[in-house]
Amino acid sequence: MWSLIQIELYKIFRRPRTYIAFGAVAALIVVIQLGLKIDGDAYANFLMKDINDTLTVDGKVLNGYLICYILLQLLLVHVPLLVALIAADMISGEANLGTLRLLFSTPYSRTHWVLAKFIAASIYTILLLIWLAFLALFVSMWIFGTDDLFLMKSNYVVLIEQNDVLWRYVGAFVFASFSLLTVTSLGFLMSSMSNNSIGPIVGTMSAIVFFTILSTLNIPLFNLVKPYLFTTHMNNWKEFFDIKVNINNEAIRGSILNIPKIKTSLWVLTMHIILFVTASVIIIKKKDILS
Amino acid sequence: MAVIKVENISKHFGQLKAVDQLSFEVEAGQVFGFLGQNGSGKSTTIRMLLSLIHPSSGSIELFGKSIQKNRAAILEQVGAIIERPDLYPYLSATEHLQLFAKVRKQKVEANRITKTLEQVGLAQRAQDKVQTFSLGMKQRLGIAIALVHNPSLIILDEPTNGLDPQGIADIRALIKHLSHEEGKTVFVSSHLLSEIEQVANQILIIHQGKKMVEGMTKELLDPEKRVVQIKTMDDKQALAILLSGSFGQYILPREEGIFLKLPAHTIPLLNESLIKSGVAVMGIETKNSLEDYFLQITSNA
Repeated sequence: MWSLIQIELYKIFRRPRTYIAFGAVAALIVVIQLGLKIDGDAYANFLMKDINDTLTVDGKVLNGYLICYILLQLLLVHVPLLVALIAADMISGEANLGTLRLLFSTPYSRTHWVLAKFIAASIYTILLLIWLAFLALFVSMWIFGTDDLFLMKSNYVVLIEQNDVLWRYVGAFVFASFSLLTVTSLGFLMSSMSNNSIGPIVGTMSAIVFFTILSTLNIPLFNLVKPYLFTTHMNNWKEFFDIKVNINNEAIRGSILNIPKIKTSLWVLTMHIILFVTASVIIIKKKDILS
Repeated sequence: MAVIKVENISKHFGQLKAVDQLSFEVEAGQVFGFLGQNGSGKSTTIRMLLSLIHPSSGSIELFGKSIQKNRAAILEQVGAIIERPDLYPYLSATEHLQLFAKVRKQKVEANRITKTLEQVGLAQRAQDKVQTFSLGMKQRLGIAIALVHNPSLIILDEPTNGLDPQGIADIRALIKHLSHEEGKTVFVSSHLLSEIEQVANQILIIHQGKKMVEGMTKELLDPEKRVVQIKTMDDKQALAILLSGSFGQYILPREEGIFLKLPAHTIPLLNESLIKSGVAVMGIETKNSLEDYFLQITSNA
């Protein structure tokens, strides 16, 4: 099995297309960092304009931690599309190329190949996320320095001490990996049903957009299914940055406001991953390889 | 020992019968020519041999074991190219062989990769990416992939497609070498009789998924022998008589009658034998050579 994973990883990283996502993430992050470095104070003042009269904030609001939060908010919505470029091409791309029959006529079973391909696509996804984390967090910390993390939520503000922030980002990135692996497995399922590359990529993107809209709309009928949609849970990495307060409304260091919500989201996402991958294996096992 | 034993396999795609009740056996060390026009069911049959397509009915045994139940162990001993030589354009020839050597349980030595590339005439282009290869070079690389792990059974589906005359001659020589010098069993398909007759010991012709003719190449292509179509009032009884006599080697019952390949001078004896046995013979029609017969099949389609 390890040999198959090595082969699949080798193929992924020999393809120029693989590096599009890494390049796109780097380009976006660098552009945003550059913009905020040049004109960050104006942006910070704009953010704070509603509370400047009631609150005095000392220190560096626009620090590396806040920049990372802003970047994640912007990028974690779009990274799934980049993940789909590879994941949704893993099986259908080979079917389209005609190489699937070469792989499936080797002694390893189709289940082995499908799982190896999924693991390889997952490793790619995790590496992309690590790349994103490195650029968004560590490079931002290096450029903008560190200070307490000041976040403005819809009707309250959160202030997290700087030595209480880093582990939250670790948690947020681990959570985000589950979100992106769900997208990987969805792309994989689409890929198992097709013999061309474009259909599954477009299909995965369409499914994400469709379910995101369902998750966002506040209509009673949709509210029934929302808890079961993966898109409802994908952005819950933000829960790591909601902190408990004591009776004096002071932040409790090391706390998370709603741990059950994170646990539920992780469980729903994991179930989706298992469901999508199992379905892919069943489809491929039954399929006649005609390509 | 039969390396391949196919019994009554059929494959339906909806209403289409791609392969219909096909049976044949391939003995160890043979070069078995699998002949039929494009769309006759050759590739579907080959895909079923490799468990890429699930048969609708029938059974397939390779090396005496069912392919469905012993897939991994069987495919360890099989090397194959199927139809077009589709490869990874961004990998080199060497990388392809390294990649496919890796999926074998038995370790493939590095010098085996070099030797295989030399064997197919690609040693000079070993490090070049496949996207720079011609169709013929891709075909050679496809054959190298089939050979790299030194399999006992080699299945080559239209291996000379896209090759120039020298390339075709090289592949023929390679097939002969694999069979005669290395003792491999080679199952080779083509839509050209002229391709197959030069390398195969045994030939099977299929048309619209059905077996038409099967036999040893020398005898099938013997110019002294004729293909004879026999029409009787009771083909079943006639077949039984022919099978019990000395005529039976190439008896192929079809809807249009019974086809035999036999020396021209035995045709009266055949007629006499049937009449003596009480079978009403409606007609015996002499066809020309096997090549004409094959051309007739393909031109009718």
